[in-house]
Order: sequence, then structure tokens, then C-alpha cells
Amino acid sequence: MRDPALSVRLRQSGPIPLDVEFSCHSGEVLAIFGPSGSGKTTILRSVAGLYRPSHASIRSGAETWTDTDAGTFIPPHRRAVGLVFQEYALFPHLTALGNVMAALGHRPRAERRSRADAMLNLVRLGDQAAKRPHALSGGERQRVALARALAREPAVLLLDEPFAAVDRSARRRLQNEIDSLRRTLDMPLVLVTHDFEDVVRLASHVLMLERGRAVAYGPISTLMSRPDLSWLREAVGLGSVFDATVTRVHADRGLVELTFGGGTLLAPARNVAMHAAVRVRIPAREVVLATSPPTGLSLHNVLAGSVMAVHIDTAFEAVVVQLAVGNIVMLAEVTRDAVSRLEIGVGQRLHVLIKSVSIELQAPGADRAERGRYLDTV
Amino acid sequence: MDWAALRVSLWLGAGTIAILLPLGVWFGRLLAVREFNGKLLVEALVTVPLVLPPTVLGFYLLVTFGARSPLGQVFQALIGHSLPFSFQGLLLASAIANVPFVVQPIQRGFEAIPSEVRDAAACCGLTPWQRFLRIELPLAWPGVLTASVLTFAHTLGEFGVVLMVGGNLPGQTRTLSVAIYDRMQAFDDRSAGVMAATLLAISVVTLMATTALSRRVNPHRA
Repeated sequence: MRDPALSVRLRQSGPIPLDVEFSCHSGEVLAIFGPSGSGKTTILRSVAGLYRPSHASIRSGAETWTDTDAGTFIPPHRRAVGLVFQEYALFPHLTALGNVMAALGHRPRAERRSRADAMLNLVRLGDQAAKRPHALSGGERQRVALARALAREPAVLLLDEPFAAVDRSARRRLQNEIDSLRRTLDMPLVLVTHDFEDVVRLASHVLMLERGRAVAYGPISTLMSRPDLSWLREAVGLGSVFDATVTRVHADRGLVELTFGGGTLLAPARNVAMHAAVRVRIPAREVVLATSPPTGLSLHNVLAGSVMAVHIDTAFEAVVVQLAVGNIVMLAEVTRDAVSRLEIGVGQRLHVLIKSVSIELQAPGADRAERGRYLDTV
Repeated sequence: MDWAALRVSLWLGAGTIAILLPLGVWFGRLLAVREFNGKLLVEALVTVPLVLPPTVLGFYLLVTFGARSPLGQVFQALIGHSLPFSFQGLLLASAIANVPFVVQPIQRGFEAIPSEVRDAAACCGLTPWQRFLRIELPLAWPGVLTASVLTFAHTLGEFGVVLMVGGNLPGQTRTLSVAIYDRMQAFDDRSAGVMAATLLAISVVTLMATTALSRRVNPHRA
């Protein structure tokens, strides 16, 4: 087991209660997900050294940034951390270029200009370098903030609600941009969000936070296949999340065939390329279970699964059935009555029926030209 | 026209700024970014010279720095003569009277910087000094400029404190505003008029220069 690039343990009872422990490796995206006021931003600020919880241990690779037991505290300007603030916090008196150059103090003076230009090109703002923040759009400001955070050549990249202040289309583009950056950057990425779509789109790992306490933590597919997270169920509904590859495109029918660890699925999608890696979410409420193979249905997707666990949630009058479909774990939410009628029990083999239209697809944008260029140009 | 009085006034204005600005930037920033016990009291004390009648301020300054007070004796040993009725004494009195005019605009200037911007500067790897010089001071600059102008204008116009602490010594402590009063008392309306017009002109030019300058340096301008 290699050293995690970032490992964090925070504990304090007040004024902002915190009780979390997590680690994040290079190339991973940890989403800290929770309602506003749950302490998400405080966690990021603690990692950056802008906030000092009463008990904390924060390590980046071999470096100790905070250790309250040993009395170690490295001030923020000596931590190699890139932080993209929620409202971007650009320096209003400096141009886009000036903002990025401010984060290049660790580089020799002669290099700073060309590096700053390269960073702005990376976020496709090369032609806006001379503009001040107020002359830029929300999405552009966000990208300047991202370029500035990366210019520092951080050991960890922290994003605080990065899409909260931009409109929907800019949000999609930025998500794609961050997703493709992630693949080229050799650093862990911690993303704070209260929007579940961000989590499904970007996260490899999730930490769910409630009033400063981690209520669940783990790889996204494992976490999303847990039937017992009533908190998540209240917030967004349960649903399994897994990765798949596009193996066929039926352009005429507006459908794509997805191959995943449990077989194939047909899902409606447009503008998705052949062989594209996509992330799939299947809401538990949209999954129907059958004991015998159904016929005469409009349904495309019938998979074979076996029951792993039956979770009865008394608060909801509903039952969540956890199923193994190939090597993927899926969730189905059914009534208690259905469970007793079908006599659903652990180990039972069932047919899993999924409507195509209920499959949520998160496809990376077609805009992938920038991918892989970061390391070459910078 | 009392040229010596004009010179005393201008020197007093410039000297007050020179003394107060560094202190004001340090203290105004402290009040803007730090929370500490007794901050309300400190802020009230800073504002006191603003609401106190100048004669009352002058009285206390005389008592504090007079030849019989311990502080007065320290200054006497340092500069060779007593502070009251000297230019140095006038400068000290002027500096104290102008504390609110310097500290408050500068404090507001630093307060206007979002704390995230300060945090972002730290996360960019800038040291506290670099953050101050490259981010905070340029952003608080309008406040610093306002503080300088207010102090200069207020010093030129100060009358009560000058008369109480400085007296009316030609070339030493007689400022233009005191000289105007002096000329009026002597029924020399013409001289008083010339000097009043001079003060008016200086004020207008100062304000114009400030507006022009603040337009040039305003960090938020389009």
C-alpha cells in the first residue's frame, strides 16, 4: 500500500463540530457531499491551513502540514495546495495573467510569464489574459481561479463548490474540463459540493457529511450500492453508480449499448461517441424485480441478478433489495408487499428490469482535445 | 499675505500625514482584520478626537505635554525645549487630533477586501509581507488616499487645537487659519480675504488631485 497523497483527520466539538477521517490518492477525486452548513468548506480550509481545528492531523505525502498533537502547523503559504474558492476570490486589481502569476512565486522570475500563459491556455483563456476579473464572465473567472490554483503546482487540488455560481451550460463544460484535467494531473482532488450531480459526474470516492460528521465514506460504486444510507435516500434517492463503455451506437433509434460488469444495457443518449467511458446511475425506484422471465414488454433491459441483502427501512415503508448483477451491485426499491409476495430472500435469483429512459448517463463531453496536453506543454 | 503662516500650515499638513500614515495603515488594518477583546473600546478611543471640542482636546494635550508633566519633561530632555508653543508640539497635537481621520478610512479600506481574497493570496504561496504589499495595500489604496486628503485638509483648517497648544508664534506655530483670525481681529479684511482665498484654492486643488488620482488607482474600475 503506497502512502496516500493526502490523509486527513479532523476532530473538534465546536464552534463548528467536525469528526472526519479520509485519505485521497493521486488521480482520485474525493467528493465531500452534504447539505450546506455541514462543515464541508471548513474541511477544505483546514487542509489549506486557513482554519485550525482543535484536533487535526493533515499529511500530504511525506510532509506533515498539521499535527495538533505534535504542535506542527505549516502556514498556508508554505503548503503546496491549490484552492479554488466558491466565489473564486480573484484579485480584482490584477489581470487574469496577473492573478495566475501571483501563484508562481516558487518559479524563477524569468519563467513566470510563459508558465502563466501556458496555464491560461490550458483553461482556454489565452486570449483573455489582459482582462481584469470584472470584465470576465462567471465561467471565465472560474477558469482563471482554476489556472491560478494549478499554477502553484500543488500537491493537492481543492475545489469548493466549483459550479455553484455558474449557469447550467457553463457548469457542464467546467465539469468536463475538471474531469479531463483530473486524468492528466498527478495529484489528489478534493471536491466539496451539495449537488449530487457533481458527485456522480466526477467523484471516484465520496465522503458524506452531516453536521461535521462523516456518515459514509468510500469508493462511489461501493457507497452507492449500500441499501442502508437513509440520509442519502432522503437527499437524492438511492441508486447504484458504476462505469460502463459504449459498445454500440444506434444513432437511428437514439440509443446506445453500454457494456458494464454485469452485462449490457440500452440507454437513450445523443452525442456519445463509440468506446466512450461513461458513468451510469440507476435509481433504485426505477428497478423492477421479477421471478420469471417477462415477455411482451416495451422494456429493453432485463438482467439476471441474485439477492445479496434485503434492507427494510421502517421509516419509509419500503424495502431496498441489494442485488449482484455480474460484478456490479444494484439496488431496487420495492414495497414490503412485493417482498412477501415474491418471497424475496438472500441468494434468490431474480430478473432485474430497467427502463432505458430511467438510466442516467454522465458522459464526458466531446470536448476532449485538451486532454493529455497539460503535462506536455507545461 | 502671511507667507510664513502658509509655510507652517503646509509643513504641518505634510508632517502630520508623514507621521500618521504608516501608523494608520498598521493600526487600521489591525482593526479591520483582527478580532480582539476590547476592540469596541479601542475603536471608540480612536474616534474621540472627532467628537471632542478642539479646545477640550487642546486643554488635555497641554496638561499631558506641559512642562510640569512627566511626559512633558521627557520631551524637554529630548528636544531641548517644552512641547507647547513649538512646532514639534503643534505637530504632535495635530497628529493626535487627526487619528480618526487616518485610521477610519484606512480601516474601511482594508475591511472592503473580502477575507477569501486574503486567503487566496496565502494559498498562492505569498508570504504575509507579499500579501500586504501586492494584494492588500493596492486594494485598500482608495482608503489610504482618502485618509491622506482628509488629514491634510483637516490640518489646514484646524484652529482650536492650534491656538491652544501652539499659541500664535509667527513662523513657528501661526498657521494660515490662525493668521486669518489674527488679521480679522486687526480689521485687516484684505489680508484675511487673500489668505482665505488661498486656503480655499488649496482645498479645491487637493480635492481635484484626489479625484483624478483615485480614478487612476481604483482597483475596481472598468
